[in-house]
Amino acid sequence: MENKLHVSFSPHIRSNNSTMRTMLDVVIALVPATVAAVILFGLSALLVIAVCVISAVAGEALFNLAIKKEQTVGDLSAVVTGLILALNLPANIPLWQAAVGSLFAIIIVKGIFGGLGKNIVNPAIAARVFMLIAFGSMTKAVFPNGLDSVSGATPLADLANDKSVNLMDLFLGKCGGALGETCAVALLIGGIYLIVRKVITWHIPVAFIGTTFLFTFAVEGGNLETTLAWVLSGGLMLGAIFMATDYVTSPSTAKGKLIFGIGAGVITVLIRFWGGYPEGVSFAILLMNIVNPFIDAKTSRKVFGGKK
Amino acid sequence: MAFSIKGIHIPHRKNTAGMSAVRMLVPSMVTIPMAMHIGKPAKPIVKVGDSVSVGTMIAEQDGMISSPVYSSVSGTVKGIADIVISNGRRVSAITIESDGEMTPDDTIKAPQINSKEDFIEAVKMSGIVGLGGAGFPTYVKFATDKKIDTLVINGAECEPYITSDSVTMVDRADEILFAIETADKYFNFEKVIIGIEKNKTAAITSMKNIAAKYKKIEVKVLPSVYPQGGEKVLIYNTTGRVVAAGKLPADVGCIVCNSSTMANIARYIKTGMPLVEKIITVDGGAVKEPKNVIAPIGTSLADVFDFCGGFVSEPMKVLYGGPMMGIAVPELSVPVLKQTNAILALNEKETRTAKTTACIRCGKCTNSCPFGINPAAIAKAYKDKDAEMLEKLGADVCMLCGCCSYICPAKRPLAETNSLAKNLLMEERAKKKEVKA
Repeated sequence: MENKLHVSFSPHIRSNNSTMRTMLDVVIALVPATVAAVILFGLSALLVIAVCVISAVAGEALFNLAIKKEQTVGDLSAVVTGLILALNLPANIPLWQAAVGSLFAIIIVKGIFGGLGKNIVNPAIAARVFMLIAFGSMTKAVFPNGLDSVSGATPLADLANDKSVNLMDLFLGKCGGALGETCAVALLIGGIYLIVRKVITWHIPVAFIGTTFLFTFAVEGGNLETTLAWVLSGGLMLGAIFMATDYVTSPSTAKGKLIFGIGAGVITVLIRFWGGYPEGVSFAILLMNIVNPFIDAKTSRKVFGGKK
Repeated sequence: MAFSIKGIHIPHRKNTAGMSAVRMLVPSMVTIPMAMHIGKPAKPIVKVGDSVSVGTMIAEQDGMISSPVYSSVSGTVKGIADIVISNGRRVSAITIESDGEMTPDDTIKAPQINSKEDFIEAVKMSGIVGLGGAGFPTYVKFATDKKIDTLVINGAECEPYITSDSVTMVDRADEILFAIETADKYFNFEKVIIGIEKNKTAAITSMKNIAAKYKKIEVKVLPSVYPQGGEKVLIYNTTGRVVAAGKLPADVGCIVCNSSTMANIARYIKTGMPLVEKIITVDGGAVKEPKNVIAPIGTSLADVFDFCGGFVSEPMKVLYGGPMMGIAVPELSVPVLKQTNAILALNEKETRTAKTTACIRCGKCTNSCPFGINPAAIAKAYKDKDAEMLEKLGADVCMLCGCCSYICPAKRPLAETNSLAKNLLMEERAKKKEVKA
């Protein structure tokens, strides 16, 4: 027995969290939004989600095989990417386009940059933006009418044209938009779960949504109702809670996270009111992803006894 | 803005809290290494066949930073040979066969102390080294020519499982008070602060009792956040003073001593009995009856575990010290050392950990680092062998507390890499100095 003792560097106990557990928590946090998507948009939502998740996981597995890398699908990060991308897509998107988007996220944005932890922008965000530019199907909003979804203007487009929208409908998700972005209440429940489980901190979502709120409020000349409508519409909740908080592409420290969130909020409002696209959340996160290394470097913690 | 020292919440597992130390059976043999301290190993002064008693000096101090070693049993010297200690180093050790009598050395008498020099000499001759685990010869701390105004007593005991300091603070409070009074007579401290984590209520009560008897003593109750007992952490949290990398507590006017160190100083000053035994916590999931044990220095871990009923399951890892900073030993034949405050036998469940994955850049390592360094960035700089970057990142500030490795969801060995990075940085600094010279 004597020589069976394990010898290694301290510490000898570890916390019971893990990369897989973290990813699983994100999946669990997305369950309310996923369920809401299926209820609101019906079977077509389920199909889009299934296609995205399966192609993300299969894409990662095959990519690892192709480049002879250790298999990593077990860490569940591909599941998270596939699911988040699906929730960013309209219910009537052709399934082949959903699959192409998913593979773009996994292979182009993540895989060739070195895999988990090495991508410089969030894979789902980059894929959404890629699809927005590549496929016309992304620009039309789909309304939740059970199985008979119809295309029309998004609430954002309505808002831009000064049409009134019902706040409660926006909160519950009874409005046009991508699968997972319409039901604010489901996204908030997921966000609270992530904060309670300490997967994310409040800094990015609060700074992002708060900045968007304040800036919009100013632009709207103090009209609370339309400001709230703007905040509850489009991809803000989904983006601020689930995509801007991606560890890999956001700052590590509280200070950095606040700057990141505020920056994303400002860009979102700039694009929404003065940009060429009705929605700015994806572009805002993408742009902040790109400046993230700079923010991260400038907001690192002060070292004890250091000169800084 | 004041620096905010971070840390982590870890399971306490203080299964032996409140268990007074029990004296174990006299071991049949002890193996006493010559290097149980930081510094030069002691030089043996006995030879095979010599009769020794409890407290007989068997090795003398060798050099400026060293410490004498005493026999912990009465009996016969059986051998002087090299053994491999936990860090893989070979050191000379004296093996003594016990006669089972534990007869004290009759030449032992209490030292005469009339000056600061006498006090320092007494601490030196007591063989006491930092009993919190580091093993730095205690007299060296007192022999500073820097202006000292504060004595900080470390009773934080932030490592899981370990309760030997708490038990000492409860059962040997009078000795701790005596050591404080004696030291204060010659150092005239402005303040003596005893820092204890708030979950050790019995120790807090006991130390508050002695504080009531001696007005310079202040008991500072600290949050139970690991690594509260780290020397620099404790100094900052009790005095607000910052000990920068490469500096010593004396540079900010502090001497830090562990509570058990103080109790043992008192024993030597009162009786002349040097450090020959230790109160150690014996615990871990594989141990049948966790206990606080008074064990002669040099007793094999196997003998101590036997005294605690042996094992209920096969131990995966056996440690000197706590699970956060303790040292894993390769076999149970290794002895109890001067600075051993606990021996733990952890089972498979306690040491279980998830698979290592790529870093997901969650930032938990830097956000939980007590000193605000960024272990993930250091790991990268180390991989690139970028000493300049390591300097910039403050790799040398790391005290190897292990918070980063503990918290990392990707289970990356960050503390281990920090240790390697620190070594690399020191080597590069030495090279630079050489070039300049």
